[in-house]
Amino acid sequence: MSAHAHVHHKESFITKYIFSQDHKMIGKQFLITAIFMAIVGVFLSVLFRVQLGWPGESNSFLNMFLGDTWAPEGVMHRGIYLGLVTIHGTIMVFFVLTGGLSGTFSNLLIPLQLGARDMASGFLNMISYWIFLLSSVLMLFGLFLETGPANGGWTVYPPLSIFEETISGSGMGMTMWLVSMTLFIASSLIGSLNYIVTILNLRTKGMKMTRMPLTIWAFFVTAILGVLSFPVLVSAVVLMLMDRTLGTSFYISDVIVGGEMMEQSGGSPILYEHLFWFLGHPEVYIILLPALGLTSEIVSTNARKPIFGYRAMIGSILAIAFLSFIVWGHHMFVTGMNPFLGGVFVFTTLLIAIPSAVKVFNYITTLWRGNIRFTPAMLFSVGLVSAFITGGITGIILADSALDIQVHDTMFVVAHFHVVMGLSAILGMFAGVYHWFPKMFGRMMNTKLGFLHFWITIVCAYGVFLPMHFVGIGGAPRRYYDYSVYEGFDTNQLEMILDLNVIISVFAIIGAIGQIIFLYNFFYSAKKGQKATQNPWKSNTLEWTMPVEHIHGNWPGELPTVHRWPYDYSKPGADDDFIPQNVPLKDGEEEH
Amino acid sequence: MVFWIIIILALVTSAQLMRVSLLAKKIGNKREEDITDSDNNLNATLFGIFAFFFLGSVVFMIMKYGNGLLPIAASEHGQDLDVLFNINWVIVLFVFFAVNSVLFAFAIKYRGKEGNTAYYFAHDNRLELIWTVVPAVVLAVIIIFGLRTWNDITSKASDDTRIVEVYGEQFSWTVRYSGEDNKLGYADYKLINGENPLGVITPASLDAAIEGMSNTVNDLKAEISADSAGTAMYSEAKSHELVLRMEKFGRIKERIIKMKSHYTADKLTVADDDYMTKLELHMVKDQEYQFIFRSKDVIHSAYFPHFRAQMNVVPGMRTKFKFKPIISTEEMREITGNEDFNYVLLCNKICGEAHSNMHMIVVVESQEEFDAWKKENTKAPITIAQN
Repeated sequence: MSAHAHVHHKESFITKYIFSQDHKMIGKQFLITAIFMAIVGVFLSVLFRVQLGWPGESNSFLNMFLGDTWAPEGVMHRGIYLGLVTIHGTIMVFFVLTGGLSGTFSNLLIPLQLGARDMASGFLNMISYWIFLLSSVLMLFGLFLETGPANGGWTVYPPLSIFEETISGSGMGMTMWLVSMTLFIASSLIGSLNYIVTILNLRTKGMKMTRMPLTIWAFFVTAILGVLSFPVLVSAVVLMLMDRTLGTSFYISDVIVGGEMMEQSGGSPILYEHLFWFLGHPEVYIILLPALGLTSEIVSTNARKPIFGYRAMIGSILAIAFLSFIVWGHHMFVTGMNPFLGGVFVFTTLLIAIPSAVKVFNYITTLWRGNIRFTPAMLFSVGLVSAFITGGITGIILADSALDIQVHDTMFVVAHFHVVMGLSAILGMFAGVYHWFPKMFGRMMNTKLGFLHFWITIVCAYGVFLPMHFVGIGGAPRRYYDYSVYEGFDTNQLEMILDLNVIISVFAIIGAIGQIIFLYNFFYSAKKGQKATQNPWKSNTLEWTMPVEHIHGNWPGELPTVHRWPYDYSKPGADDDFIPQNVPLKDGEEEH
Repeated sequence: MVFWIIIILALVTSAQLMRVSLLAKKIGNKREEDITDSDNNLNATLFGIFAFFFLGSVVFMIMKYGNGLLPIAASEHGQDLDVLFNINWVIVLFVFFAVNSVLFAFAIKYRGKEGNTAYYFAHDNRLELIWTVVPAVVLAVIIIFGLRTWNDITSKASDDTRIVEVYGEQFSWTVRYSGEDNKLGYADYKLINGENPLGVITPASLDAAIEGMSNTVNDLKAEISADSAGTAMYSEAKSHELVLRMEKFGRIKERIIKMKSHYTADKLTVADDDYMTKLELHMVKDQEYQFIFRSKDVIHSAYFPHFRAQMNVVPGMRTKFKFKPIISTEEMREITGNEDFNYVLLCNKICGEAHSNMHMIVVVESQEEFDAWKKENTKAPITIAQN
């Protein structure tokens, strides 16, 4: 295909910025949408942290945002508390860390790092974004319903999520949630198929699978995970819609709600849990793997060293992906499942720690004897590795079914998954934004503000989640509006929970305010930042060989040819401390 | 108001910092991507300070809260479980401190310097083998210890266990003891009404339920005929709903009649010696209990933090958990030095707006105290007169 057909392409404002089929623009659209969703998601968490830190105290701040319906006289309503928790979880897990993270960086980097003109299907790619936007709008719309948003927890277990009589959010709010999620999954599937096809078919000359950057490996495996697991969530959602509207009994059996005896019999809520977590666990890695992929690239570039154990890194990605499909039962140890089955899930779950440990040790060895350049992206990547360690080890406690009996569904679980998947992934996402910002906007973000942003973020994040582990081990269940029941049986424990919750809330609020530094830096730099040079980080991957100015088709003229792997940093005998992938091997030079 | 002031202050601060930074870059003729040695030194120093406070705060919290952290285990298996907890904490905290320390130490030690070159080190099979095998061995230990305890906890109850039902509904718990025969009477949700809150099956409750359904159907029938005769005016939707409801309760009635034929005489007397209460859950010290859980409406979770016990309470299912309390409430009050201390049963699965209030006080006492309490505070599960 000739390059000219792509390069000389007339674009109007609408085709360039709105209904764009260019992967770089779609990537930016995903990023901006995700940033907006993240602002909402984090803000919701600030609201409920105010309630948890200072339970039942009147606060004009709450009244200002929740109004007289949900915060009469500044005291948060119980229903909206659960609604905030539910929508915060849904937005962060799906819209920010799945749609936002994969959507942004898979779109931006897959064609650029593979040396392709665009995605396999630009049109489907555009559709994927627009469905994502629509589902985002519907999810936010749920917050404005009279009966409130879905508030049965982000896992929306039936029968609570089926009967409006059991909780107010299970009426229109839940319908909105289900419709929004169905659209979201459609968007995600279309995107994932596109990524897989592009990676398999559109690699440039010389780009063997074993020469692909680890970012691409991560996106590739993530897309496969998504394609295999999201359809299961669709089926779970469709069955729930039928239970809600057609009177079927997939998830319902022998219940009396709101004084009314229901006829449905023979279904099982546990069926829903199986279907949900069959997606739910791979979903953790759908979130995490792209962040780890970005980090691999950033750590190697900024340590000026090859990533240690490239093949082991690929192997561990594949092992994690495979295992992620056979561990979902560890979310269900106390559902009454057969104890033997529980034992099997303990075994498979703990196996995942092995490839995870390999990844951590490989990152650390990559730092060893490096010449580390602390760009903001590098700071965030080191933060990610720390969060991955800190969150990973508490996973070992939770994977042990016997110990899970005690800490299941407590704040310990909340702390665990926020650190290992939320914090790791969001740090990885920030790292990616700082690192590839010049590729997205042709300008540089301010480094000093980046430093400040990182330090505030990491200090506040740990300030929030470290004490939360202790609250959980103390026996504090999650999704509690307050812990006032403790007054009736253990005031010592109550005191500890209250003390720590204040600390957590203070850090959460400061951390949220700190993100304004990032937002300012992002939007200011996109408009007025220093103009970027072609390869500011002295990196090896192909995206840094294309011109700074975006053109349709990415490279003017021929596509680059690849001669080596992407990690030739500080290679002995080379003139520079980096050798881009399109530089041919010298005479007698070994590949790696 | 305060909110907007904070937002504006944060924006103004960011803008000022940006200006200063850009000005400094201009004067020094620097580019954003030029990370100087002093930048690296600064961040390395901050990593050092951060690592100190990060790891230090964990040590501090363990010292401060470590003892009172897990409430003292008051059940037999709970004490085994705490041993398992401790084994795991030692392993896990060692990994936490060691690996985080190495990470931060490397980040500090190998900070970039102008003119330095990194060491080209792409892979080393021996090293990679080591850190695949070592975690595998450690995990094998964790798995073996974990599964041994798990199997003990989930094993069959002993012969002298007492069977007790815990019934969850929005937002309260009900307890039913199995009485002399140590067998819980059969129960079905279709029999639930004001006089039979747990749906216990006896000849009288079956008949009462059938009669109740008949009455409901007849009432609805009367309402419908009044509506069609023109004396009551309902909207079309409401009329339609009435018909549907009448049909539904008719079908439920048929199901109860069918069910009745399955219950032979010996099954119908099992419930006779059961007794229930909605006040407190009382247990006898050193007596093993087999709990059976049922739910009326949504999923709840019966969580006894002091006994290291938790089991989901799922509508349409009977789940179970067994444990033996070994410290009485009185003894525990002495141990904790808290006169008002009580054991508790919490709901630990989101079940509605008042989820965080759904709890029941649990008391562990001697057999005599239990008998005295029982006399005053429990009653038969059915208040329908037997005929």
